[in-house]
Amino acid sequence: MAETYTRHAGEATHSGHHDHGDYITHEKGLWSWLSSVDHKRIGIMYGITLSIVFLLGGIFALLVRFELLNPGETIMTAATYNQLFSLHGIVMVFGFLVPSIPAFFGNIILPLHLGAKDVAFPRLNLASYYFYLTGVILILVAMLVGNVDTGWTFYTPYSKTVGNSLLFVTMAVFIAGFASIFTGINFIVTIHKMRAPGLTWNRLPLFVWGLYATSIVQVLATPVLGITVLLLFLEVVLKIGIFDPALGGDPILFQHFFWFYSHPAVYIMILPAFGVISELIATFSRQRIYGYTAIALSSVAIAMLGFLVWGHHMFVSGQSAISSVMFSLITYLIGIPSGIKVFNWVATMYKGSIWLQTPMLYALSFLFLFTIGGVTGIMVGVLAVDIHLHDTYYVVAHFHYVMMGGTVIAALGALHYWWPKITGRMYSEVPGRIAAVLIFLGFNLTFFPQLIMGAKGMPRRYYDYDTEFTIWHQLSTYGSWLLGAGLLMVAAYMIWSLFKGKKASPNPWGAATLEWTHTGRRPDPHNFRQTPLVTRGPYDYYLAEDLFGGGDGVGDGASTPASVRKSTTDEDV
Amino acid sequence: MWLPEGASTLAPEVDSLFYFVTWASAILFVGVIGAMVYLAIRYRRRSTTEVPAPVEPSKFIEISWIVIPTILVLIVFNWGFKLFMKQGIAPPESYEIRATASSWKWDFEYPDGTVSTGELHVPANRPVRMVMSSTDVLHSFFVPVFRVKQDVLPNRYSYVWFEATKQGEFDVYCTEYCGTGHSAMLATVIVESQSDLDAWLETAGVDEDTPLPEYGAQLYEQQMCVQCHSLDGTPQIGPTFQGLFGSTEELTDGSTVEVDDNYLRESILEPAARVAAGYQPVMPAYGSLNERQVSALIEFIKEQSP
Repeated sequence: MAETYTRHAGEATHSGHHDHGDYITHEKGLWSWLSSVDHKRIGIMYGITLSIVFLLGGIFALLVRFELLNPGETIMTAATYNQLFSLHGIVMVFGFLVPSIPAFFGNIILPLHLGAKDVAFPRLNLASYYFYLTGVILILVAMLVGNVDTGWTFYTPYSKTVGNSLLFVTMAVFIAGFASIFTGINFIVTIHKMRAPGLTWNRLPLFVWGLYATSIVQVLATPVLGITVLLLFLEVVLKIGIFDPALGGDPILFQHFFWFYSHPAVYIMILPAFGVISELIATFSRQRIYGYTAIALSSVAIAMLGFLVWGHHMFVSGQSAISSVMFSLITYLIGIPSGIKVFNWVATMYKGSIWLQTPMLYALSFLFLFTIGGVTGIMVGVLAVDIHLHDTYYVVAHFHYVMMGGTVIAALGALHYWWPKITGRMYSEVPGRIAAVLIFLGFNLTFFPQLIMGAKGMPRRYYDYDTEFTIWHQLSTYGSWLLGAGLLMVAAYMIWSLFKGKKASPNPWGAATLEWTHTGRRPDPHNFRQTPLVTRGPYDYYLAEDLFGGGDGVGDGASTPASVRKSTTDEDV
Repeated sequence: MWLPEGASTLAPEVDSLFYFVTWASAILFVGVIGAMVYLAIRYRRRSTTEVPAPVEPSKFIEISWIVIPTILVLIVFNWGFKLFMKQGIAPPESYEIRATASSWKWDFEYPDGTVSTGELHVPANRPVRMVMSSTDVLHSFFVPVFRVKQDVLPNRYSYVWFEATKQGEFDVYCTEYCGTGHSAMLATVIVESQSDLDAWLETAGVDEDTPLPEYGAQLYEQQMCVQCHSLDGTPQIGPTFQGLFGSTEELTDGSTVEVDDNYLRESILEPAARVAAGYQPVMPAYGSLNERQVSALIEFIKEQSP
């Protein structure tokens, strides 16, 4: 029977505001944005900053790949090259991947998914953005001040030799870490305390489960990074021996501390991406996610097991053999929940109604690329084989497959999926699909050759290389151009759509979660006129006839709205 | 296509495991993506209003795709673990060679006290155990054809062993980032018969015949001086050798020194004693060179000042 969300009369959460425009139009001026505690505006500020950071990190990558077109010097010296690969890693890991999906999409969508009017601590949310921004600025200062060529991993004692710029980078990471912790706290409390009536844990959208698992990791792991960089800072400034053997310290201790955070950090990067993929596959298959409980609980399992595998980065570091064995075993176990997700997502498509719009193309790309990333992760988890593959391009390719082929692809899918809700505009579908294909092909051409040359023994972080590897490096560089072109294309048509894109209907995809069913073309400042009452699951399309029986949601994503529930004055923006 | 030739006793075992995982992964991947593509086509949307009936998940299927991958990974883990134990335990009669890493060169010392830089001579078909340490930062000793790798640490010894099965010359790389010269911190492992090795050890490092400046030119490359000191006048990490001998060098403490034989000798053996102004004190000390080698380098440097 078609029980749907009903309005709970008399539970108006606010009055009056919604008559003055949606969250973008109701207040104008730069200051209203910079001081806004509206989770949606904060999300947009994050999104803009993240895009610029990603562009910067991407330019570094293209320069690195260009240098590697030929052995020996191509366009820069070794010293410059070493700084560029280091900055590429630092900017992409700390400046982009860790915040990315939670800070941009999580901030905007989480309260909407919960039927809440904002996060639990809106001012903390704004503070989180400014901590992040400060961290990014400090990284740029470090870049200009000096010679950060330590790799993003800053292993001691080499990192002690680079001078003042290390202090800027460690401060940057320390400060940016707070952004991550604040976001995590905010999301955990919001999810626990601000769910709409009827929204039980097993009716939560899987994006929320993903953010929840991520937030646990953010809150527990990030302080360890903070302490580590603080200790490094103190060691440099006060000359006490913690990590530097010349002062009586132990360099392997640094690696343990560093990876204790940085391994869970990769789960911070991928768990939200998993959440996005669930949303995309459900909506564009119009079918319930197969094994909802398995997907939800596997996220929590990954979050927890993720704290027990850090030593797999250190198999040849000099750590004990017994430690290596334990870490390897648990690393395999953590591959299982990820595998379950992939199988369940594919199974979701069975007897679905598959709609190959751009967000779905990204979801399918994710399945392809993340699976390769996952199996190559199993490969480097094999103790005996990792001896050969560690610190080669095989590892570089593995982590790009999961971090870029995983998180970035999911983020692009999220961007296209939620674009109409955030901006009220549709992007153009044809360039969307072309760019998605370019990115997919470019990505594989960039990174698959790296798997091959890594297995052949090509070390990573190498400015120069033996001529036997030239062909693989060249293929990889050409791939990077294709990949870059695809990404620039996305930027171009997305920006174009802000000015010339067709106005979106409130639910162009026929999705069944609250951000689509209970808001207008763009949400009101406080999201909902009244707190929704939830009576079905997030992917129970068969219980949501109102979505498909004419009116909202019939849309093909590109048509002008049919009979739209007007909850905002649709301004011409 | 994937792996280089194997030249050690354990290389074939590592390779089998690598290919097993690669093939198992490929089969899994083809299965998953094949299903994905098939389903995307078979169940493509035919009308905008179609709403499929919900599908009940099968407990049996869910459990099987948890149990089967778990069994597979445990098989792979066990295999890798056993091989790892072999890789970690050197046979008792191994031939021990000491390796010292310093940015950016590899020095090797043999049981009879012979020292070589940049070339590692090892006997074929006999286990060799490397005892390694670094004089400065982390490095890592990697020989792709042997499938061995181990980080080299500044505060303690680390070990790696192998038994080479093919004679020839193979690459050795540093694989722990260590600064500007990281990708140039190379060496060659020369696998030869025990008798050839013994013959080499007799005369190794003791070149009595090559004229000094020519010998110095060889050492300039072998000892990695070329990484930091140009011959064409360009200042790099270190001062150029062009016109160096006989010039007056300003030092970091403001004093000056005439670059004569003694200053050159001191700069080779104790480089941090008097550093040229404008340069960092990063040059490693070349204490392993013998007298003739030091003289050869000095004569070579002299040749760069016409």
